[in-house]
Amino acid sequence: MELTRRDALAALAGGAVVGGGGAVAVGRNGETTNGARPTTDDGSSTTADAAFAAVREPLVAVAHVVYPDEITGIATFVETYALGRIEGRAEYRRGVEQAVAAMNDRAESWYGERFASLEPKTRDAVLREMGADTADPDPEGSTAERVRYYVVNELLYALYTSPTGGKLAGIENPQGHPGGHESYQHGPR
Amino acid sequence: MSGADRTPSDSADVCVIGAGPAGALCAHRLAERGHDVVILEAGPRFSFEDRPERMERAIRPGEDDRSVWDMGGERDAYASTGPRPYPLNRSRVKGVGGTSLHWQGMVMRLHEADFERQSRDGIATDWPLSYEDLQPYYAAAERAFGVAGAADNPFAPPREEPYPLPAFPPSYSDSLFAEACEELEITTHSVPNARNSEPYDGRSACVGYGTCKPVCASGAKYDASVHVRKAEAAGARVIDRAPVQRLETDGEGRVTRAVYATPDGEHSQEARRFVLSCGGVETPRLLLLSDSPDHPDGLANSSGLVGRYFTEHCFAGVGGRLDRLTRQKHVGFNTTESHQFYNAEGTNPIKLEFFNYAGPSPVEMALSGEEWGDDLLDSLQDAYGTHVTVGGLVGQLPRKENRVTLDRTRTDDHGNPVPDVRWSIGERTKKSIRRANRIQREILEELGADIEWTVGPANTGPAFHHMGTTRMGTDPASSVVNPELRTHDVENLHVASSSVFVTGGAMNPTLTIAALALKAADHVDAAL
Repeated sequence: MELTRRDALAALAGGAVVGGGGAVAVGRNGETTNGARPTTDDGSSTTADAAFAAVREPLVAVAHVVYPDEITGIATFVETYALGRIEGRAEYRRGVEQAVAAMNDRAESWYGERFASLEPKTRDAVLREMGADTADPDPEGSTAERVRYYVVNELLYALYTSPTGGKLAGIENPQGHPGGHESYQHGPR
Repeated sequence: MSGADRTPSDSADVCVIGAGPAGALCAHRLAERGHDVVILEAGPRFSFEDRPERMERAIRPGEDDRSVWDMGGERDAYASTGPRPYPLNRSRVKGVGGTSLHWQGMVMRLHEADFERQSRDGIATDWPLSYEDLQPYYAAAERAFGVAGAADNPFAPPREEPYPLPAFPPSYSDSLFAEACEELEITTHSVPNARNSEPYDGRSACVGYGTCKPVCASGAKYDASVHVRKAEAAGARVIDRAPVQRLETDGEGRVTRAVYATPDGEHSQEARRFVLSCGGVETPRLLLLSDSPDHPDGLANSSGLVGRYFTEHCFAGVGGRLDRLTRQKHVGFNTTESHQFYNAEGTNPIKLEFFNYAGPSPVEMALSGEEWGDDLLDSLQDAYGTHVTVGGLVGQLPRKENRVTLDRTRTDDHGNPVPDVRWSIGERTKKSIRRANRIQREILEELGADIEWTVGPANTGPAFHHMGTTRMGTDPASSVVNPELRTHDVENLHVASSSVFVTGGAMNPTLTIAALALKAADHVDAAL
């Protein structure tokens, strides 16, 4: 099942995002505003891109671990989502950067390579050895708790509040997604 | 008014304390009629633009220690020393909009019998008002909220006009329940919802975020910030982050000023009339905090009943799984109920609710599990999709020993004793819950469900409907406010709140709160 940029924008609508265009949400009048813009209209980099470069690859690498195998389109989805989350949120961005740096440190000291360069199986092992699978998510907690919060849960939140991720789990209008008030009326298809 | 200037107004006609549904509607009506109105609200003015963040906080574990609406901490400290623990801060919100910011949004009128329990059943006490007295106010409250409903409930009291908006259509799972209920001769019907089924009053139709309680990120669900804005447009002034510390009197039976704290220091607001709209806990607390040599047991408390008869609705429910999909969690509200078991000899009112949000939410599960990848997906697919729940509210008889008092051993952030909420349920209520469970089980068994859990008398909890602590009546010895919602003891002090309820039925209380608030506004207006 393929994740799209549209899925990423839908997931952004379900969270605390402030970007160049303002909050991403379906507002009082039912109109969607989109603050997530990976590039400007002419395709040049946005100001957030520089900060984003350091975390893009590791986040995509983690997504390949924590997302189900049948998911495709991960790179575009994660890039669009993650950039939308980072833009205009300095404190949040620092949290992601620090969590990613901790993952890279652990990967290099134990396996001799940066996280994104490892085989998927080894990446999975690094996350588990750090305790990110069992840690409580906490943005101000231990390293494991921050990796769980800023990386693992961030990516799982993006996936399972998107229509495609929701559909995988069995619900095409998951919590956090403004999918209208019709789907609840329909029977299984 | 931005709220940044928290100094008092010079010449207020009315000071309304509390910016929830009651305070907002009352203030709006009075401001529209040309009165100079000041609202003092203990909590902050929340930004609408922050709602997506609050929604994320509701879905994601570990966001931080605060609740979705920032409840908790020293400001909201409380005690709960009764037989059953009462999680007060999960049941209320302080801020512009009040508890309606996190409410479910179900809005039913009380049944006619709820006003006459003593006359009809020989239990509890009659209200000094009839359903007919409140009927025009109910209609006005429904228009204010933009209630989406249908006249298909054969058990509901008579209506004088259609609902403002069409009802939300039944869910897929409602159709499964309908079949089972038909076999059991249980009549089901729609649910009146204070959320837009179509655009209304400048707010969009529901967009299906599915997190109605505790937060609607689209604004389709009504909350009282709507009427606070309208009140401000009509000239009212709102001072937020201004918890009232006490009411001061002149020794001649009138309140002269409300003393309130702000981040910039203490002020006092004078007014000709005062309206308490702080809910069923803070309203009696403020009266008790306002004791003085003239009112040694607290203001308006010559009956000794301020804080007594704290009444709740009890949750009863049975849940399980079917061997087929039930399509839950697409929305966060219900679309089918049954009031068939509302009036029965020997038991309290029961309202059955057929859930559209039974079982786990996949995204919430994903974020709190210890798996990821294919293993996580397998778990989500296994856990989601086949759940069913029949829940419901069960009324309780008012009990004098259930009460809100001051706990003088502990103080809040301004040095005031915190509220102590003592709550218990009696045998008749337990019997009523057992009856609800029996009906709920029958329905699930008819559906062929594998029943997995029951919430019964032993593990029931409150529905977070605070009622009864300044009860209404005609006799000053046995009530706190009169049928015009004015305190018996203090001529210019009015109460618009669920605290005036005499009994609570089994209907979610906010529509009745709103109707009473509009009625209170009429009486305040007449007295000015």
